[in-house]
Amino acid sequence: MSHFAELMDRNRVSRGRQRKVANATMLSLTGLVTALALIPLFWIIGYVLIRGGKNINLDFFIHLPRPLGMTGGGVLSAIEGTLVVTFLAALFAIPPGVLAAFYAARYPNTPLGVVLRFSTDVLSGVPSIVVGLFAYSAIVVPMGHYSGLAGGAALAVIMLPTIIRTTEEMLKLVPATLREASLGLGAPEWKTSLSVLFPAASSGIVTGFLLALARAAGETAPLLMTTLGNERFDIGQIFRAGVQGHKSVFTILWSIVNQPVDSLPLALWKYAQQPYPERVQQAWAVALVLMLFVLIVNISARVWIQNRSRRMKG
Amino acid sequence: MDMEMKMEISESVYKPIVEGDGQAKVDVKNLAVYYSKFRALADINLSVHEQKITAIIGPSGCGKSTLLRSFNRMNDLTPGCRVQGAISLDGEDIYAPGVDVVDIRRRVGMVFQRPNPFPKSIYGNVAYGPRLYGIRRKSDLDEIVEKSIRQAALWDEVKDKLHQSGLSLSGGQQQRLCIARALAVEPEVVLMDEPASALDPISTLRIEELMQDLKKEYTIIIVTHNMQQAARVSDYTAMMMIDDQRAGRMIEYDRTNTIFTRPKDKRTEDYVTGRFG
Amino acid sequence: MRKTFEIEIQQLKDELLLMGSMVEQQIMDSVEALRKRDIEASHRIFNEDAKINSKRFGIEEQVMILIATQQPMAHDLRLLASILEVSAELERMGDYAKGIATINIRMGGEPPIKPLIDIPRMAEKASGMLHRALTAFINEDVESAKAIPNEDDEVDALYTQVYRELMTFVVADPKNIDRANFLLWTAHNLERFADRVTNICERTVFIATGEHKEIGTSGDGSM
Repeated sequence: MSHFAELMDRNRVSRGRQRKVANATMLSLTGLVTALALIPLFWIIGYVLIRGGKNINLDFFIHLPRPLGMTGGGVLSAIEGTLVVTFLAALFAIPPGVLAAFYAARYPNTPLGVVLRFSTDVLSGVPSIVVGLFAYSAIVVPMGHYSGLAGGAALAVIMLPTIIRTTEEMLKLVPATLREASLGLGAPEWKTSLSVLFPAASSGIVTGFLLALARAAGETAPLLMTTLGNERFDIGQIFRAGVQGHKSVFTILWSIVNQPVDSLPLALWKYAQQPYPERVQQAWAVALVLMLFVLIVNISARVWIQNRSRRMKG
Repeated sequence: MDMEMKMEISESVYKPIVEGDGQAKVDVKNLAVYYSKFRALADINLSVHEQKITAIIGPSGCGKSTLLRSFNRMNDLTPGCRVQGAISLDGEDIYAPGVDVVDIRRRVGMVFQRPNPFPKSIYGNVAYGPRLYGIRRKSDLDEIVEKSIRQAALWDEVKDKLHQSGLSLSGGQQQRLCIARALAVEPEVVLMDEPASALDPISTLRIEELMQDLKKEYTIIIVTHNMQQAARVSDYTAMMMIDDQRAGRMIEYDRTNTIFTRPKDKRTEDYVTGRFG
Repeated sequence: MRKTFEIEIQQLKDELLLMGSMVEQQIMDSVEALRKRDIEASHRIFNEDAKINSKRFGIEEQVMILIATQQPMAHDLRLLASILEVSAELERMGDYAKGIATINIRMGGEPPIKPLIDIPRMAEKASGMLHRALTAFINEDVESAKAIPNEDDEVDALYTQVYRELMTFVVADPKNIDRANFLLWTAHNLERFADRVTNICERTVFIATGEHKEIGTSGDGSM
């Protein structure tokens, strides 16, 4: 053995032991800290589960709220409201968001591209209540009343930065040669973006959308100022009434979005403040539903991606 | 050893055309390519023979890929890229004003270094090109897809799974899929940028065999840093090198057999015997 | 670059030179043994030839290994191909020496038909040509390589002389044919020996220029 080999060979055994101890220490330390970080999550879930679970039954989901003082009733209006508002938000946010991201990814150094990226970052930092105020003055006031439409618009503004940023990142991850291969075959830029880049980045884009959705679904402040709340909101009823009155589909749809709607975060906020214990109980139940909703969205996003990549790999 | 060799008057030894074999399909005249202020290629003159395989060799960074990408105007995609001189395809300059770039790219196809199938089915990958040019009928597409995949020596392996994703194939199969995809638009010239460098030796040999079949119908130009591959596969070899201003130049162009047994330029000799970069 | 390859090529060249000097020695020894009627020596020379043969196969083996493993191109390729050729030429030249030794053994007790004067001169000349041709080959000295074949004229002239002399003996007494033949064959071997040296010189030119040119003995060799 050379001189250095000898030096390094000395204390082989004790250093080996030291290494094992260090490894074990680090492992336990990081494990402990991880467990610590998980505590808030499980605490919240557990707490909400216990407090809210008491009130969960089928009625809760399919009935409108009962007038104050009466027991029973459900949060159908809030659930339907949340669905309507988030659907509208997605409708308003995705097309411009995705298209803007395509532009920013393709032309990052043009004036428009630079401004776009900068604005996205700024927008993501705007407090949600300010967004709500903006939607109030831009939509509620001119229209003269609160509506789901305004709520959807406000949430869309909140979702927009996330969608743009994630889509742009995903597009940047698509290898440049894929684009070149398409252009090399003679495809124009737009076709390349549509037929090649978009599918290639799609799983990432969907993730971005779902993350944005999960965040927006829980926003209360903007909805306060745009949708007001509406315990009578019942899509089924609106539909039936419209069909009876021979209204066109478009009119029915319009009337759905053109009125104040309830939503889960809003309902929670209202109920939690009321002096009636049943209402407070219901607030807990709403919290549980909201949390479940967010969990389901996140989990299905992940499952969807898993399936997608498995199918892609063949 | 110094990578930048002095440009001697042996430029007079260089001949842009090899006498004897058939038509020039692609004619490069006094080509220079600039990236903003930087001249990447200088004084390139070359006549590529029809339905033959021409290899472009040279040390790393000598501009081989830049030259290759000039043949189908892929350099247009690089911002700040300027081209001087002319490249003629069947006598017509592809850089003339008013030329339809899309048409050029259909006639001059390209296969890249790393296999890059689209995230579509095998069928979808190959049908992508023809669909771009208006071929819609299923029967037509079926025919083109089968013909192209057969030409790429891949049919037997994928005929029962055309609907499966292109990404589910092995590396060598993916590259053959990319070749099929390029052939589907019925090009006249096929450019290959180090097509086998990312593949294992068996796949590499298959691709080389494939090239020998393909050259019966297409003119093939291949860039490779693997000299033995250039020697095995090509009919003609062009040797490039960069000068003191880091511009790539043509040093020698001749039949492959000559380049590798008795090259005329010492720089070529030094390169092929491995005494250089 | 390619230090390993260069070293291996140098070793091959050394082997070739070694083989060449063995052949030079054999041809001189075989003629000397004939002159001195040393049958013992001729037997030794006969057996020595086996070593020359195995040298040739060793060189061939090494060339094949280099071709397979080093992918030689251009000049390197021409050099290796030529080494292969030259080792074969040397082997045959060694066979000429062996042939002369065989003649000596066959002659047995009989005295030579005439004292050997021209034949040793041929041997010396041819052996010198070989030595210089091999040196030119190793050094890729094209000028020398082009000049050496001219000396073949001398060897040819000596051969004609020997031939004429021996013919007079045969004409004088036909029973001399056998003894004359022995010497004629010896001279013939030496003449062929010198011819092969020309081949080696042509190979030297080939390595340097890539062209196969015949270097004629009638004044063609110079430029």
